[in-house]
Amino acid sequence: MPSTLTEPTDRVDGSGNLPTAPRTPATAGVALRMERTAAQPLAGGDADTDPAAEPAVDLRDVSVYYGSFRAVKNITFDVPPNAITSLIGPSGSGKSTLLRAVNRMNDLIPGTRFEGEVLYHGENLYAEQVDPVEVRRRIGMVFQKPNPFPKSIYDNVAFGPRINGFRGKLDEVVESSLRRAALWDEVKDKLKQSGLALSGGQQQRLCIARAIAVQPEIILMDEPASALDPRSTLQIEELMSELKKNYTIIIVTHNMQQAARASDYTVFMNMGEDRAGYIVERSRTTDIFTNPKHQMTEDYVSGRFG
Amino acid sequence: MTTASRALPRSLHRTGGADWRGLLFHGLLLVSLVFSLLILFTLITDVLMRGLPVFQERGADFLTRPTSSSPARSGVAQGIFGTLMMAIFVSVVAFPLGIMTAIYLEEYAPDNRLTRLINVNIRNLAGVPSVVYGLLGLSIFVLALGPLTGGKSMIAGGLTLSALVLPIVIITSAEAIRAVPHSLREAGYGVGASRWEVTRLLVLPNAAPGILTGTVLSLSRALGETAPLLLAGAVLGGFSTGSRGLREQLFSDYTVLPVTIFDWSRRAQAEFRDLTAAAIIVLLVITLFANAVAIILRNRYERSW
Repeated sequence: MPSTLTEPTDRVDGSGNLPTAPRTPATAGVALRMERTAAQPLAGGDADTDPAAEPAVDLRDVSVYYGSFRAVKNITFDVPPNAITSLIGPSGSGKSTLLRAVNRMNDLIPGTRFEGEVLYHGENLYAEQVDPVEVRRRIGMVFQKPNPFPKSIYDNVAFGPRINGFRGKLDEVVESSLRRAALWDEVKDKLKQSGLALSGGQQQRLCIARAIAVQPEIILMDEPASALDPRSTLQIEELMSELKKNYTIIIVTHNMQQAARASDYTVFMNMGEDRAGYIVERSRTTDIFTNPKHQMTEDYVSGRFG
Repeated sequence: MTTASRALPRSLHRTGGADWRGLLFHGLLLVSLVFSLLILFTLITDVLMRGLPVFQERGADFLTRPTSSSPARSGVAQGIFGTLMMAIFVSVVAFPLGIMTAIYLEEYAPDNRLTRLINVNIRNLAGVPSVVYGLLGLSIFVLALGPLTGGKSMIAGGLTLSALVLPIVIITSAEAIRAVPHSLREAGYGVGASRWEVTRLLVLPNAAPGILTGTVLSLSRALGETAPLLLAGAVLGGFSTGSRGLREQLFSDYTVLPVTIFDWSRRAQAEFRDLTAAAIIVLLVITLFANAVAIILRNRYERSW
């Protein structure tokens, strides 16, 4: 692979920032309230991103607290666009918490507190004037357990565009979203049927179609295949590598083979003495699995702990 | 087979002694069920045996006449009218207030000490004896607000019953809302829905069957109440509605079926015993009807989802 990225640094203090090109100056604070322009996909789905490319999202010194308990501490890393970044680590290392911090999903849990910055197109998503609802429209989410709405397949996909005031041909959005989620051929004749009547794997792909339908730039996936059988898991992974042409994907997974197979970058997290999660190492996936910098990473990916 | 030679630690065969405790428990459960059904059966047959002849004898006449001192000319028209008006009052006042309160408490209120205090108190209010609500109705809706409600009027009675069922409506609605899975809300937020959109498009339609069941059960409860309305001005005995229009009737004398039943059951003439039974049948039919409506509405909602 012709790596155009500079050698990833890795710092045990939790900062795994790639030294990317100078960041574009912060765009106006109103950006999140304006009509979004479709994410311009880079040519092809190659993981090798343009070094000048702005990171899709950039976490700076992020800590998340549940009440007085700090779940993750001082997390700094950036997420390259049009690539799959996986978060791995033992239970309790704060992977899901970190993932949910990216689209402000943690705001919905009473008692959570956030410190740090999440930069998206130069704007801090946690700034006072940012609307979290708008953030979630740009940064979609797929959950661990498939959770289609108790509505028809069509209405599941059309839900997002509808509430976002979509004016246009809804049928086309539904079809293209289902096609991109590799579900169209299986459901095109039964769009009126309940989404809950589908199999687990189909339900998860429906949830992906639902997330795609609002045209986000980034899709967060919280162990999207953990409730699925191996065949459906493989389908989801194939789907992900197809989707990264147009979207940036961050995935939390417990399955190390999955991270190795499906992701371009891997962030390895662990739980510190104070039970707060931190980043041990963040690198290209191939490096994490074949040439880890830290003994702890090596131990984890080779199954010696976690 | 190697396993065949291995002796089982215990025989798989039934041992001689039966599981006496299990059987006893089973029997007790059955007896409880039969006992409950027997009581219900006795009550209903008694009421039907006494009440049905009244309908055979007088037919619709019994339903359309006002209460009178003479059993032969007494009817339940005023009671039916009052009870239906109470149902409308409760539906219009207590249901929206209660359901909206529940939505606020479950979806909007911050989870702090004040909210928990309010929740606990609403639960306690639901356990307050209905006669206490009667006193509340008497002091507030009849006396304090007398100039507005017309004193011992249908409005005062309707408001009293609404206050009585309000905590029940809030609790059952809140429980139905709480039962909507959290994952559904997250799914909504995940595609950029606002709290209002999640509540309106996902939570409420999903909670609707439960809310409906709870509200209509509380309606049945309200329609069966006697004590609070005796305090809040329902008329025992006959009264004349004359040629008053609906608007005037709202502000004047009224009675409801349970009060009519209570009244008749205390009359000296033996004929009133049968009239009481007949009035009970009418009340039962009305509450069963209300329940049937709830079930039909609930099924319709469940199907469309």
